[in-house]
Amino acid sequence: MKIAVCLKRVPDTTTKIVIGSDGASIDETGVKFVPNPFDEFAIEAAIAVKEAAGSGETVVYSLGGDSAQETIRTALAMGIDRGVLLQGSGSPDGLEVAKALAGELKDQGFDLILFGKLAVDDYNYQVGPMTAELLGLPCITSLAHVTVADGKVEAEREIEGGMETSTCQLPAVLTCDKGLNTPRLPSLKGIMAAKKKPLEVKAVDLGAGTIEILGLELPPERSAGKIVGEGPDAVPELVNLLRNEAKVI
Amino acid sequence: MSVILAVTEQRDGALRKVSFEVVTAARQLADALGATVDAVVFGAGEVSGADKLGNGGADRVLTANHPDFARYCPDGQAATLAELGAAATAVVLAASATGRDLAPRVAARLGVGCASDVVGLEVQDGRIIATRPVYAGKALQKLRLSGSPAVLTVRPNTFPPSDSSKAGTVEKVTVPSFNARVHVTGIKAPEGGALDVAEAPVVVSGGRGLKEPGNFALIEALAAALGNAAVGASRAVVDVGWRDHAAQVGQTGKTVSPSLYVAVGISGAIQHLAGMRTAKVIVAINKDKDAPIFKVADYGIVGDLFEVVPRLTEEIKKLRE
Ligand SMILES: Cc1cc2nc3c(=O)[nH]c(=O)nc-3n(C[C@H](O)[C@H](O)[C@H](O)COP(=O)(O)OP(=O)(O)OC[C@H]3O[C@@H](n4cnc5c(N)ncnc54)[C@H](O)[C@@H]3O)c2cc1C
Ligand SMILES: Nc1ncnc2c1ncn2[C@@H]1O[C@H](COP(=O)(O)O)[C@@H](O)[C@H]1O
Repeated sequence: MKIAVCLKRVPDTTTKIVIGSDGASIDETGVKFVPNPFDEFAIEAAIAVKEAAGSGETVVYSLGGDSAQETIRTALAMGIDRGVLLQGSGSPDGLEVAKALAGELKDQGFDLILFGKLAVDDYNYQVGPMTAELLGLPCITSLAHVTVADGKVEAEREIEGGMETSTCQLPAVLTCDKGLNTPRLPSLKGIMAAKKKPLEVKAVDLGAGTIEILGLELPPERSAGKIVGEGPDAVPELVNLLRNEAKVI
Repeated sequence: MSVILAVTEQRDGALRKVSFEVVTAARQLADALGATVDAVVFGAGEVSGADKLGNGGADRVLTANHPDFARYCPDGQAATLAELGAAATAVVLAASATGRDLAPRVAARLGVGCASDVVGLEVQDGRIIATRPVYAGKALQKLRLSGSPAVLTVRPNTFPPSDSSKAGTVEKVTVPSFNARVHVTGIKAPEGGALDVAEAPVVVSGGRGLKEPGNFALIEALAAALGNAAVGASRAVVDVGWRDHAAQVGQTGKTVSPSLYVAVGISGAIQHLAGMRTAKVIVAINKDKDAPIFKVADYGIVGDLFEVVPRLTEEIKKLRE
C-alpha cells in the first residue's frame, strides 16, 4: 500500500485572532502553529492502513513556507515514512492548492490519498475533493468510519440525521473527519527517528485563481446580555423575554 | 439573460428544507445581477416539493432524473452541474454534507474556485462578494469571486426562505453520461430520525454540568417542549461517549446558526463558542456566574440546571397550551 497524506500547517485552535495590518490576514505574532487537527486523523489512518497491509510506504505532502517543515516532522515522528514540502505561498483559492498537490501526486502510484475534511484556518472543505477531480479518482469526504480491503473502500460519513454509507475502488481520495480514529502521539523514539527521515523540498508556483480576499474582520462582538436572574424563579421572566423581546418562541 | 443555478437536495424523494434557502440565496444574487434562477432537482423520479420552488424564487425548475439519483450520486451530479453550470453566472449549493461534497467537485470540473459556507452575499460592480466565517467563526472573510461561474455554498439557517413568487416552470434536463466512481449504498438513520443540529432552527445543548448521560433526558424534554429543536452537546460529553459526535457543537463539531441556542451546563470554552456564536439568540444556564458562556449569552440564568431546566420545560409547555 502506497499512501499519501496532505497536511496543512494551521494556527492552534485556541489562538486568539488578531487581524494583521493588511486587513486581510491574521497577525501571526506569537501564534502557535500545529498540524491541522483533521489531518492528524488522515496521518493515523495512513499509518494504520499500511500496518494492516504489512508493507508499503506513507508520504506526507505539505504546501507552505519553510516553517511547514516542522509540521511535516511531526507527521514523520508519528510514523509517516517521508515528507515533501511544496514550498510556496498558499492561496485563498482551494483549486490552486489542489492543482499544485495534484501535480505532485499524479503518476506516483498511490493507492490512497488522504486529506482532512477541512483546514481549521480557512474552513474550506474543498482541497480533497478538488484534488480527486483533477486526478480523476473516486473521492469520499468526511469519513467517520472506513475499511480498506481487497482493493475496495467501504466508508461511512455523517450526513444530516444519519450516516451515509458508500463504496469505491482503489486508488481513491478520502477526507477524514473527527472520530475516524485516535491519532497516536509521537513517541520519543519516533521523534528521534523523524530527524533522519527524508524530507524533500520542491518549489511550486500557484496560479492567481478566481478568489480574492478583500478583507478580514473580527465578527461583531456579542455583547454580554443580561443575567435574567438566579435559580428557577427566574424562568418565567426568561420565557417572557424570549417571547416578547427576542421573539424566538 | 444570465442564470444563477440553485442546487437543491432531496432525501427519500422529498426536497430538504435547505433547498429553499439555497433558492433564496440564488434569488438574492439574481435580483442584484438581473439574472434568472434555475433550481436543479436531482431524483430518480418525481421529487415532492419541486412544484413549490417557484414560490421560493425559482424562475425555472430543472429536473435531472437518473436511476442513480435516488440517492446522492457525487459523480453523476457533478457531471450534470458542470454541464449546466458552464453557462451560468453562479452555482449555489447548500453547505450541507451533500453540498460541501459536491460543490468542490463542480468547481474543479469548471476550473474555478469555490467559496464555502457563505453567510452573506452582495454584488459590487457586477461581481459577487461573499462573506464567510474562517478560523472557526473567530473572523469573517470577505471574498470577491471572479470565477465564471462563481461556485459557492451557503450555510444553513442564514438565508431564510422568502416568498417571491416566480413561474417555477418545470423542465427536464438530460443527464450527461458519467463514470460512477463512488456508489452511495444507503443511509443509516438513528432512531427517531432526529433533526440535525446544523439545520435545526432551535438547538438545546448539554455539557458536563449534566453529570451523567441519563440526565440528557432533561435536555431532550426541553427540546421537545420547544419543538423543532435538536439536541446538541459539548465535546466534553461527546468524548466520554454520552452523546454521538453528530451532536457536537464547536470547532471540531458542527457550526450552528439557529434562531435560538440554549446552552445548559456548558462552560463556554472558545472551541465551543466557535460553533454557536452566530446563533441569533443565546440562552445560558449555568451555576457558575463567571462561566464564559455568559459573555456571549443574550439571556442567562445563574442556577442549578437540575432545578432550572425542568421549570423552563414546564413554562414552555404552558405557553404552548
Ligand atoms: C482542538 C480542540 C478542539 C475542541 N473542539 C471542541 C468542540 O468542537 N466543541 C466543544 O464543545 N469543545 C471543544 N473542545 C473542548 C473545549 O475546550 C472544552 O473542554 C469543552 O467545550 C468543555 O465542555 P463543557 O462545557 O461541557 O464542560 P466544562 O468546561 O467542564 O463545563 C461544565 C459547566 O457546567 C457547569 N455546571 C456544573 N454543574 C452544574 C449544574 N448543576 N447546574 C448548572 N451548571 C452546572 C459548570 O459551572 C461548568 O461551567 C475542543 C478542545 C480542543 C483542544
Ligand atoms: N497547503 C496545504 N498543504 C497540504 N495540504 C493541504 C493544504 N491546504 C489544504 N490541504 C489539505 O486539504 C484539506 C482540506 O483543506 P481546506 O479545503 O483548505 O479546508 C486539509 O485538511 C489538508 O488535508
